[in-house]
Amino acid sequence: MIPEIGHAALIVALVLSLYGAIVAALSARSAAPRWLAAARHTAVAQFVLVTGAGVALEYLLITSDFSVRYVANTSISTSPLRYKVAGLWGALEGSILLWEWLQALFVLLVARKAATLRRELGGYTLAVLFVVSGVFLLLAAVITNPFERLPTPAAEGRGLNPLLEVTDMLIHPLLLYTGYVGFGVPYAFALAALLAGRVDETWLTATRRWTVTAWLFLSAGILYGGWWSYRTLGWGGYWAWDPVENASLMPWLMGTAFVHSVMVQERRPMLKIWNLTLITLTFALTIFGTFLTRSGVLSSVHAFASGAVGPFLLGYFAVILLGSLGLLVWRWDRLGERAELETLLSRESVFLVNNLLLVAFCFTVFFGTIFPLLAEAVRGVKVSVGVPYFNLVTVPIILLILVMMGAGPLVPWRQGSWGRLARLLRLPAVLALLGSLALWLVGGVRGDLVALGYTLPFFVAAAVMLEFWRAARGRRRATGEGLPTAFARLLRQNHRRYGGLIVHLGVVLIAIGVAASSVGKVEREVQLQRGESLELGRYRLRFDGLGASEQPTHLLVSAEVQVFEGPRLLTTLRPGQRLYPTSQSPFATVGVRYGLMRDLYVILAGFDREGRWATFKAQIHPMIAWIWLGGGVVVLGGLVAVWPLRQRVVTTVSAPEGVVIAGASEQAP
Amino acid sequence: MIGTWKRWLVPLAAVPVLGLLAYGFRTDPRAIPSPLVGRSAAAFSLTTFDGQPVSLEAYRGRVIVLNFWASWCYPACYEEAPVLEAGWRAYRDRGVVVLGVDIQDTEAAARRFIAQFGLTFPNAPDPTGRVSIDYGVYGVPETFVIDQRGKIRAKHVGAVTEALFREKVEPLLGEAPG
Repeated sequence: MIPEIGHAALIVALVLSLYGAIVAALSARSAAPRWLAAARHTAVAQFVLVTGAGVALEYLLITSDFSVRYVANTSISTSPLRYKVAGLWGALEGSILLWEWLQALFVLLVARKAATLRRELGGYTLAVLFVVSGVFLLLAAVITNPFERLPTPAAEGRGLNPLLEVTDMLIHPLLLYTGYVGFGVPYAFALAALLAGRVDETWLTATRRWTVTAWLFLSAGILYGGWWSYRTLGWGGYWAWDPVENASLMPWLMGTAFVHSVMVQERRPMLKIWNLTLITLTFALTIFGTFLTRSGVLSSVHAFASGAVGPFLLGYFAVILLGSLGLLVWRWDRLGERAELETLLSRESVFLVNNLLLVAFCFTVFFGTIFPLLAEAVRGVKVSVGVPYFNLVTVPIILLILVMMGAGPLVPWRQGSWGRLARLLRLPAVLALLGSLALWLVGGVRGDLVALGYTLPFFVAAAVMLEFWRAARGRRRATGEGLPTAFARLLRQNHRRYGGLIVHLGVVLIAIGVAASSVGKVEREVQLQRGESLELGRYRLRFDGLGASEQPTHLLVSAEVQVFEGPRLLTTLRPGQRLYPTSQSPFATVGVRYGLMRDLYVILAGFDREGRWATFKAQIHPMIAWIWLGGGVVVLGGLVAVWPLRQRVVTTVSAPEGVVIAGASEQAP
Repeated sequence: MIGTWKRWLVPLAAVPVLGLLAYGFRTDPRAIPSPLVGRSAAAFSLTTFDGQPVSLEAYRGRVIVLNFWASWCYPACYEEAPVLEAGWRAYRDRGVVVLGVDIQDTEAAARRFIAQFGLTFPNAPDPTGRVSIDYGVYGVPETFVIDQRGKIRAKHVGAVTEALFREKVEPLLGEAPG
């Protein structure tokens, strides 16, 4: 009975999404308030129904109802409760339901705000969001129905993919999906503006916070995925340029370009078509990501099983791309640019260059991702595009982006001066060079191109920190506040700009971590008899024996490894292998000693059943922690940027000479 | 300002990409041609669940359908089990043998599987995993068609259908044992 109720809830929600789209569109065209009220109630009802379907599926999973195909595929009656719960997003059908739940939530959130928007904009936005939600409901209710019964109930389920038996796997997809779904809001606003034919800046200002929030979730989701992969998968990496990883990176790159270019349109009547195109592509790429993950068109470690879902999502992707871009062309004449770049050097032009770099980055990733398909279509050969391609083509772009990150925020709007910029950048450049020189001479880091991997991040960091320092000092001079107070007030007063700069600092930390850990990685693979040791860098690792223990879902074999630095015992690591009856290959449990400057990472690669010997893969990852640290800083900066601080009327501060570029010219409108 | 018709190039640019992705449905990224096809099949000897010795050598001169499966491999192995049994019954008198190798499994579950489908062709566990490694088995089910001279002629990934017997086994039947 429960499966039928859950399915019915989805069908009713699907019908409601249609109804909601119609009444929301009517509310845009008619002044009568009842239409908008109806749309809002529909949003509530839809959310309640989808939530109900989610609860129903969760109930079936927890009670191990193996008459339902999805439950039989993702759950085992004997597994602990949390793994049963995790079954909700363990496979295709459930993940679509989770996605739709977030979608329904966003429809509800926008519906609550709709009354504060201009009638046409709010109405059409809601209508678009209802349609987007309806598409996923159609998918969930008809094509990937998670409540489908088996012809004959299974006696026992198959169990979850062992990789998903980690709590992290709740957080990672939730963050990513929230990011993906979140970008639907600015997209819906953009489309609404086009539909209404009033393409001024309203849709941008109304979606500022939505956009940055979606960006923040997507960033956090990608970083969390890397962190999870590093800690648990046991190959010592965090990013492999796998198609599905790329699928999350592409909307992120496009979205990052959008987050920057909206700032131009907010101040100057330009880049209108560009912004509409960027947000359309960002949203389309989130669907493309879903398509890649779920269609089985490209081989990936992340892929779900396929079926009718692939063609459906491809059709949806096509409709979004062709429909939105077609609408854009139709409204082209209303999108006349009323301003042009006045000089080569201005904040506008800097943003434009930043955008071109990010879009180029996105395109190279896209090209590399679909190249295997192209090669097969054109030449009939199977190829795979691997890490070398991506590193070769993306590293130069990343370095250029870093240069822009350091210099860009110091260039004023409209009219910059090369001389002034050079003066501002002199100190960061000198600091960066000195820092790299010290690393090269004292730290023994290789002095070739790789040095750019340090020099540029140092440069950006120095530029950003000097910027904070100048602004805070300027404020202190003007107001007589203490430096910490001045700094805190500065953050409050212009939280978007300084939040953004904090994000830049986080990106710098990530860049340093990536550069250091990819260049300085050391690895050894050695077979050891019990009692024997291996030397790796400054460490000595002694293999002291094997142990096995029966866990609820698997057998855990782990080795005891004592880690010495000189004569001193540092720690004991227990790298192991988890052997699941349902899986051919064992899963690694990594033994790691985390550190700010280096991680010691030990994998049990093979072992003797009698426990006499074991093979270990030991790696040192220099400064890899900086990536995760940087991720934390990015999130922090993002939070500063979106935190709903009440904008207080700022006391007029006449900025002293030399700090004009900092706070004063940057008041948020 | 861009000419009116040129504007339409913006959405049109998406069309070839969409076409390419649609083409992707016609290909299977997992169907990587096996380097084993055309080579001699690796020899092995195992003991069936019934306690009979079974080896590749013993079936020389017959066409062998070598199927790797596991009881936990749901649904593909469950879908193909009746097909294999039917193929075995239909072709056994024409010089074809179906041989099942059960990998990474518990014996009790495997026996239940055999009983559930009433499998009558020889089925043996691969306790050390040696055979599945020799055949480069990546996932279950995988099926190899081996000709009378012991050469691998085809590899099938995923559940077997009648088409395998019709298209891959049938044409080999006329060939002379080497």
